[in-house]
Amino acid sequence: MDNFSPQSWNKNSKPHLFCPGCGHAIALKQLGYALDELGIQQNTALGIDIGCSLLAWDFFNVDTVQTHHGRTTPIMVGYKIAKPQRIALAYMGDGGAYAIGLQSIIHAAFRNNPVTVIVINNENYGMTGGQLSPTTETGVKTTTSPSGKDTKFGPGFKGPELLRQAANEKAFIARASVSNPVQLKNLLIKAIKNQTENNSFSFVEVLSICPINWKTDADQSFQRLKEMEKYYPIGEIK
Amino acid sequence: MPDKKIFITGNEAAVLGAIDAGAQVMFGYPITPATEILQGWVAKAELSSAKAEVNTKLQYLQTEDEIAAGFGVLGVVLGGKKAFTASAGPGHILLQDSLAMAENLRLPFVGIMMQRGGPSTGTVNFSQQEVNLAAFGGNGDGLRIVYSASSVSELYELVIQAFNDAWQYRFPAIVLGDGYLGKTRSTVLLKKPNQLISIYPILEEKTDATHLRNCYSSEESFGTVLKKNIADWNKNKSAIAKSETFQTEEAEILIVAHGLVASAAKEAIVKLNLEKIKFGLFRPITLNPLDSTPLKEVATKIKKIFIIESSLNQLSRIVKYELAGLPVEFIEIAKPAEGFTPEEIRKAINDQ
Repeated sequence: MDNFSPQSWNKNSKPHLFCPGCGHAIALKQLGYALDELGIQQNTALGIDIGCSLLAWDFFNVDTVQTHHGRTTPIMVGYKIAKPQRIALAYMGDGGAYAIGLQSIIHAAFRNNPVTVIVINNENYGMTGGQLSPTTETGVKTTTSPSGKDTKFGPGFKGPELLRQAANEKAFIARASVSNPVQLKNLLIKAIKNQTENNSFSFVEVLSICPINWKTDADQSFQRLKEMEKYYPIGEIK
Repeated sequence: MPDKKIFITGNEAAVLGAIDAGAQVMFGYPITPATEILQGWVAKAELSSAKAEVNTKLQYLQTEDEIAAGFGVLGVVLGGKKAFTASAGPGHILLQDSLAMAENLRLPFVGIMMQRGGPSTGTVNFSQQEVNLAAFGGNGDGLRIVYSASSVSELYELVIQAFNDAWQYRFPAIVLGDGYLGKTRSTVLLKKPNQLISIYPILEEKTDATHLRNCYSSEESFGTVLKKNIADWNKNKSAIAKSETFQTEEAEILIVAHGLVASAAKEAIVKLNLEKIKFGLFRPITLNPLDSTPLKEVATKIKKIFIIESSLNQLSRIVKYELAGLPVEFIEIAKPAEGFTPEEIRKAINDQ
């Protein structure tokens, strides 16, 4: 193992199982650096959703529970009630966050449950082979929108902007991108601090790439990511 | 202070049972006929919060739905505290998501389900149609402990038992009641437990991290986990199983019933036994696992078994599976989602 990997990573689970070029790995690396920098590896519990995110079930040397689709938020809300001194993170994809698990995230934000939700938005259901997700933008081809996503299925779903309307005033909500790892790490740190210092809800959406299902090479993947960043603005949202 | 008699409803008894079992957190969503359990717990928590220490205070969350309630319970037990939810009918269906996870990951989930009839609203007071759901719901094999309470005081006792068994054997535990039981007020003498099971964090907080998952990369690796779970179930099921027999010594005909139907059957048997033919009752207290040893002992001595229930043969299938091969005649009397009076039971038996 090299010296460039986060200390909080579980070295035994590397090399990881994500597809070549997957954005999850970039996000999880920055999450690892965030845990290292805050020195909270021993004091953190991580919840992992179903879908590609499940491949992170043993990614860190951090207590981890991999749960059911869309249920990572309520399980970490419960955990935090039992363990208020520990840090509760919930990690999931855009389907888990904005389709099947949205209700729980809105209410956690609304109640200001002190948990940190991290959502990897790559505009598709990756594990099942690249279906349309709520965040898929208009006109984008997926296996369930073979002619391009029709407007009748809605445009790309803006989760952080929606949550801002419902969240408690002390909540922290941001959007980052794997195109800018330093900013991503800093936003993750700020989000975790909102849990530890303000005992409040926090949420970071991470725009990410999915070369396998997008059928893009490295360059095309980051080109498309740049387009995504125009529709989904990066930065602190609340 | 000696225990004294009190006049309470079944739902109030369930709350007291959870408190006396050492539960600290309840998650719930309002639903008839279980709502009073949530209300009762919140009232106790409000009373306790002023004087309680952080480690012992009662907490609650009224969640956005029963799915979140069930997973909230799992989150708390991962942190090492006793937690539970209470629901009914359609809420019980939504709780199957978290129950399936509890079953596979061996998490000590406790649920109190006050059965109601039919889908959605249906009727809201009485049914025994949630037996299949409690015991075999979810995409697993039914490694859940399911109790059926037949009186207010037994509901209290079984809630305590559910916490003890869930944490001792690490299988989810469900206590079944119904709306009549939940809302019936009766005079009870509650037997407080002498000793409670000790608890511990399941996400362990050791130097080496705990990794819990329900995703497996091969059929064999998942099969290994399931084999261990099933072996643990088989090893412990006779210790978990509970039943009551009533007037079975002289019985020529056996009645099998659970919950409030069994209470009515007991009353019917007292009258039936004034006549020449003698009846006895086998009342499963756990529907899963079934207390098969005493059941078989009684069943081998008789020729005819009436299985009486307020569902279409949900209990009957469990009982007949255990008694397969015995030369016994089974007569199923099923009135889905309708109750039985003792007189109706007596008449139904005499009509056969």
